[in-house]
Amino acid sequence: MDAIRFTLNGAEVSYAGSAADRLLDVLRNNYRCTSVKCGCREGECGACSVLMDGVLVNSCCVAMGAVEGAEIVTLEGYRETKRFAALADAYGQVSAVQCGFCIPGMVLASEALLAKNPHPTEEEIREGLSGNLCRCTGYNAIVNAVAIAAKEGDGLW
Amino acid sequence: MEEISRSVVKKDHAAKVSGRSIYVADYPSDGVLTGRLLHAKTARAKMIGVELPELPDGYYYVDARDIPGDNNVNIVLDDMPVFCRDTVEYIGEAIGMLIGPDEKKVEELLGEIKVYLEEMEPVLDMRKAEKNFFEYNFGHGDVGQAFAEADRVFDEEFETGYQEQAYLEPQGMMAEIEPDGRVFVHGSIQCVYYVHNALKRVLGCGDEGVHVLQDVTGGGFGGKEAWPSILACQVAVAAKVTGKPVRCVFGRREDMEYTSKRHPSYCHYRAAVKDGKVTAIDADVIYNAGAYSTLSAVVLQRGLIAAPGIYNIPNIRIHGTAAKTNTTPSGAYRGFGGPQTFFAVETLMNHIARELGVDALAFKEMHIAKQGDLTSTAGRYHFPVPVKEMIEEVDAACDYRKKRAEYASPQTGRYRRGIGMSMYFHGAGFTGSGERDLIKAVAKLRKYSDDTVEILAANGDIGQGVRTTFSKIVAHELGLPLERVIFEHPDTGRVPDSGPTVASRSLMVVGELLRRAAIHLKEIWADGKEQEVEERFKEPDFVLPFSIETFEGDAYPTFAWAVNAIELEVDTYTGVAKVLGAWGDFDIGTPADYNVALGQMEGGFLQGIGYASIEKMDYNQYGRIRNNSFSDYLIPTTMDVPKLVCMFHVEKYPDGPYGAKGAGEVPLVGAPAAYVDAMEQALGGIPLNHAPFTAEDTLAAIRKEAI
Repeated sequence: MDAIRFTLNGAEVSYAGSAADRLLDVLRNNYRCTSVKCGCREGECGACSVLMDGVLVNSCCVAMGAVEGAEIVTLEGYRETKRFAALADAYGQVSAVQCGFCIPGMVLASEALLAKNPHPTEEEIREGLSGNLCRCTGYNAIVNAVAIAAKEGDGLW
Repeated sequence: MEEISRSVVKKDHAAKVSGRSIYVADYPSDGVLTGRLLHAKTARAKMIGVELPELPDGYYYVDARDIPGDNNVNIVLDDMPVFCRDTVEYIGEAIGMLIGPDEKKVEELLGEIKVYLEEMEPVLDMRKAEKNFFEYNFGHGDVGQAFAEADRVFDEEFETGYQEQAYLEPQGMMAEIEPDGRVFVHGSIQCVYYVHNALKRVLGCGDEGVHVLQDVTGGGFGGKEAWPSILACQVAVAAKVTGKPVRCVFGRREDMEYTSKRHPSYCHYRAAVKDGKVTAIDADVIYNAGAYSTLSAVVLQRGLIAAPGIYNIPNIRIHGTAAKTNTTPSGAYRGFGGPQTFFAVETLMNHIARELGVDALAFKEMHIAKQGDLTSTAGRYHFPVPVKEMIEEVDAACDYRKKRAEYASPQTGRYRRGIGMSMYFHGAGFTGSGERDLIKAVAKLRKYSDDTVEILAANGDIGQGVRTTFSKIVAHELGLPLERVIFEHPDTGRVPDSGPTVASRSLMVVGELLRRAAIHLKEIWADGKEQEVEERFKEPDFVLPFSIETFEGDAYPTFAWAVNAIELEVDTYTGVAKVLGAWGDFDIGTPADYNVALGQMEGGFLQGIGYASIEKMDYNQYGRIRNNSFSDYLIPTTMDVPKLVCMFHVEKYPDGPYGAKGAGEVPLVGAPAAYVDAMEQALGGIPLNHAPFTAEDTLAAIRKEAI
């Protein structure tokens, strides 16, 4: 069988393993993308969120066969961007990060939302982040952080 | 705002927000073996034995026979085994561990192990327990006479369910043998010294034989107080046998089903009322401890101490038991026994007021204890009780009294509204004399020749922000920029035992030790010199010593106070309740960092609302927990409580740093009482007696009462 070719954080890679393997495991084990967290392995918590062709997906529920030709972005790649810097700064201003385990997924969910809707209302932010569970913050700080990033990072998205 | 309260960017922000923080599952796997536990599938049985498949080279199985020391996890009593002894006591109990290089192969081999046992009838109902691990009885006044002279007597039962901590990072631990033979264990941990002491006993070694590091920890909420001691012993035994590093990280279902969670409770309250006031409370409380005692003694104590609520009731009798059942051991969860009895007593007070035809809020206000009054344990409320002012603050924030009056009028139509309130405390720090007699906290500051200062303390940042708040305190006293104060995750090989990261104690107790240490260091400061200072816990002079035998004295030096209001709208067609707003006013003394403290309040309050409404977990007739995933056990998302408003009311505590007192747990405790109060009002004033109160419960109540 041919290897599965895809783009990971801008680099062309090919995966020779099974098409049935989970993207989550492959990212963590084969490419050391440990920002991608495993919180449930069944698509409920969002800790393993990555961007696949710009769309937020739970990498635990994506089989490698579906990744052929796709562009995958994890925090390892995204953290090199200006958009990330704006989000990181906003999260920091309001101390939106507690235990941090949901945060890589939250940051990518924030990006997916702002890329589609650069000036979201609070309700739209809440909806945009609704697939990502956080047990620490009660979400207010995270929602505020996204609003701050949208405002202060005006023009980036 | 106090200067210390001004928020800073958290110490761990950059590493966490960029995904660079390494949690235990993130260490490279090279040369590391994977361990998976063989869990019992029967709630109660005699063990006969296991039959292993043929294990390929490099694969191992360990169980109780491989333990070098004592097969006992050091918690409170000596009953929790590392690997099961001659009986199985709950579904999920660890029989052994299978270890090997390839995770899939380990899983496959695990499935091929045959377990032989003789099944026994499990005890599942806490009210039919054959054994109580703990039983306490205390009170004051003359309860008998108060009931004899009462105008009316109220008799009610209340129940609360499990609550799963649902930290986003599951339990995980790793052990390796260092070249000098020392066992090194690290992982997702709240209390490094609990783990350290447990390992010494199980490995049969001294302090020099082991050290424990807290890795970056993805939430705890009490769930990583005792359980890591068990998992650490299991992986350490595996590392000893294999001679290789071993890591075990739980799957979500494994974690939800088999690790400790909040104690389900059953409370039977009787209250005597004379001349419109409650003159006596007589409470019988049962907490379902599960199969092993773990932390149930202390959880029950805290629950019982809170049993009469924040009210000054002249005659009380409190009786409580921690019942043994063949279910997952219950354990620590934020609030630690408080939420159950506060739910009971707050709901009882609401029901009494309704029966007497008086306003519940005014009725409660009439009974609130004040500074100088006796506590339930005949100690004193040494400091102001600010609850009445806090009620006014909440009323101003949400128009409570006006809405309460409005929703009391008969409602018709599909959507019905209610608003409810709870008022409560959370005793700050360890219960009783634990801080003085058991913990004896020590904290150190070490200054290096480059004049940076390192905090040496055992408290772990599990998201609550102690790396930041401790550092702020030290930097503030020394006049140093925050980046010159270092506080790494604790390693028992290099930090003193400043006690566990529990009981809302870290900042109040250890933070104060660090403040004093910093003042001392400033006095002796010599540029460019290496220096070290140490501080030890001393009980404040005003404390009336607590006796666990008589339950008398100050169970806590001070209290965090809170008032919660929750407004909701019920869809009577579907039973689904929408929280329109939740307001929490919290007195945690001086916030050591405004954003950090606010994050604690908001996160804790939302967990409490989850516990009140959607977080339902139960076991089936075999004792197996069915709600073992995020699809079956729902926790709040961004959409559930969009209007969540937390406020601070500051009563400074003179023995906490800058007036700070216990903060972490208080926001969770009162939500079920406020939520169910609101639900009762939306449903036309029917009395409800349990939490969580789910959409299914609402539909059942609507059907039963023909609403």
